[in-house]
Amino acid sequence: MDSDLSPQDKKDLDKFIKFFALKTVQVIVQARLGEKICTRSSSSPTGSDWFNLAIKDIPEVTHEAKKALAGQLPGIGRSMCVEISLKTSEGDSMELETWCLEMNEKCDKDIKVSYTVYNRLSLLLKSLLAITRVTPAYKLSRKQGHDYVILYRIYFGEVQLTGLGEGFQTVRVGVVGTPVGTITLSCAYRTNLAFMSTRQFERTAPIMGIIIDHFVERPFGNMGHMHPCNYRAPAEEEGGYTGVEDSQEVCTTSFSTSPPSQCVSALSTAHLKSLKPAVMDTLKVPVMSLGFSHQMGIPGKEGGVPQQVPVQPCHAAQAEHARASSCLPNDHVPAVPSGSGEDAEASSRSTDGKSVSPRDVMETTFTRKVGAFVNKPGTQVTTASLDLPFAAFAPRAYDIEENDPMVQPPESPATSSPLQGSLHSQGSGESGVPAQDDFVMVDFKPAFSKDDLLPMDLGTFYREFQNPPQLASLTIDVSSQSMAEDLDSLPEKLAVYEKNIDEFDAFVDTLQ
Amino acid sequence: MNCRSEVLEVSVEGRQVDEAMLALVHTILLHRSTGKFHYKKEGTYSIGTVGTQDIDCDFIDFSFVRVSSDELDRVIRKAVGEFKDLCCALQDAMGNGTDGMGQISLEFYQKKKSRWPFSDECIPWEVWSIKVNVVNLANEQERQICREKVGEKLGEKVINIVEVINRHEYLPKMPTQSEVDNVFDTSLKDVQPYLYKITFQITDTLGTSVSTTMRRLIKDTLAL
Repeated sequence: MDSDLSPQDKKDLDKFIKFFALKTVQVIVQARLGEKICTRSSSSPTGSDWFNLAIKDIPEVTHEAKKALAGQLPGIGRSMCVEISLKTSEGDSMELETWCLEMNEKCDKDIKVSYTVYNRLSLLLKSLLAITRVTPAYKLSRKQGHDYVILYRIYFGEVQLTGLGEGFQTVRVGVVGTPVGTITLSCAYRTNLAFMSTRQFERTAPIMGIIIDHFVERPFGNMGHMHPCNYRAPAEEEGGYTGVEDSQEVCTTSFSTSPPSQCVSALSTAHLKSLKPAVMDTLKVPVMSLGFSHQMGIPGKEGGVPQQVPVQPCHAAQAEHARASSCLPNDHVPAVPSGSGEDAEASSRSTDGKSVSPRDVMETTFTRKVGAFVNKPGTQVTTASLDLPFAAFAPRAYDIEENDPMVQPPESPATSSPLQGSLHSQGSGESGVPAQDDFVMVDFKPAFSKDDLLPMDLGTFYREFQNPPQLASLTIDVSSQSMAEDLDSLPEKLAVYEKNIDEFDAFVDTLQ
Repeated sequence: MNCRSEVLEVSVEGRQVDEAMLALVHTILLHRSTGKFHYKKEGTYSIGTVGTQDIDCDFIDFSFVRVSSDELDRVIRKAVGEFKDLCCALQDAMGNGTDGMGQISLEFYQKKKSRWPFSDECIPWEVWSIKVNVVNLANEQERQICREKVGEKLGEKVINIVEVINRHEYLPKMPTQSEVDNVFDTSLKDVQPYLYKITFQITDTLGTSVSTTMRRLIKDTLAL
């Protein structure tokens, strides 16, 4: 067996490593989008599914990955890392995990590149799919929305783990030996979420089902190289935009069952102009990643606030409808839990059931969208400074919106939680604001809201009264006291009964 | 060649049995399934594509990935459902408050053709034994804690599974077209797992198997 790789094997191996790196990034980012991923199995090979796995390619993510790699491949001393972090609406950020694709010097010269290495890389990707759902950041990413978003960053070179805080844990996804080195895929994740618990939840915790939207004017002003993990895939008719980009290489996997020397592995390069990914889900496009940088420049527009709402999966809705629609969250966009006042444009798009085309997406970013509970930009209102959960929806915001021709009366969203429904009905009654115009609510006091008489929320109330204290009459002290008394008085009682024994006997006779 | 044997152990509440078993069995099968093979001339073959699907558990704070194959899912759900029914039947027979223990075995095997009159041999090459300890919980607060704890435990088990799989130990050689049914389960339309079988065993808290317990119960009843 030659110790050096044949040129064909070397070429194949480089290609495998390159596409493995790209697919790894796709799997990680897609796992942090906040939605359930669903791709279809296909019995006939399509030729574009690397490693025989249906992993969709989000073009922007591929672009970022290629930019980070800059024509190089992960190698010894050159690791590819995907950093996942969390950014709150107040601008605080925290690194959650770092996924590292590394290579060490340990070589496996005897391994078959085009067969064994390929299959093991496929297995490693499956392991990555499984492990990405197990780390703590997965649950956080599923709940991202108004309070925080998940961002990703790809870099190449030295692994940096200092941002993960003390006591971070590492989980190894797997290793694959190759003739040029051993590929290792691992994840280091933060265990200390103290920042989250003290800062994030200092203000009034949201009541179940309601998410308070109080974006400040520039929530993501310093995104820099970070990218949000929320996308809406272009509609499938937009062939030119979807799926594989133009110059992606195609892998047609063809293996041989004959002895190794006759191994045939056909890899061909093809230019794909348009390819409709056969997927069952619709991921969301990079709306805000494109839009934010533009939106920052137009603070003058009244009432216009970059709105994460239409892009985010709906949490309450998801909780309720997740079983029903595991693969098509788009249908529920109008029922976003904040009861957001999406303008008719967004609503009608969503009710089509299709995901937004890139053209519309670009238009969207320049259209003002005002959420129901969004503050007028320029006034930094934090709920910490207000007693009532919904005091942020000040009448002045309503006035501006009333005059604003761009704000369309939103559709009443499907009730995503019973509390949500009651909110709207009560709000419209108490505040005097017609429910059809917008969802601004004033002076609203739902059950268990902050109150002078009983200052606690529903969750606290439930917990407190779940374990009520013992009844006084059943306490041990009382019973033991009475028993002692009983024992003391027994001799006297016995004496009395003995005296009157004849009476008792007569009584018993009458009964018989 | 020795059969590789791995044991996983979980403690769950009665209504979590289904989902916990599904999560672990599907995670293993995800790694032990390939796309459909299409054999061509000259001894080459191509492999179909395996899709994946995220599944959220209702009674456990956990999500897992399984192969996108409704047929395979149906087969696994049926087996897991039978296991759960047996677990529940035992608990009912023993009365409330008894914890039960069961074991599901997922065995991957190869068929070896034998000459007549002997039947084909099934040679296992990997066996996963998942021991389940079914507990009874008293109130909602305990159930809530159990949801989270079992979710964490299942996460650890998934990491264990991945660790074992990535040791890249023995896997059957890729078969020729005539031998493919001896290595893979080719009955499904969209994916091709390695040949596997699922068996289970239920025991009560004393460690005796169900059959012994039932025999004892019947004997006691007849003795009256």
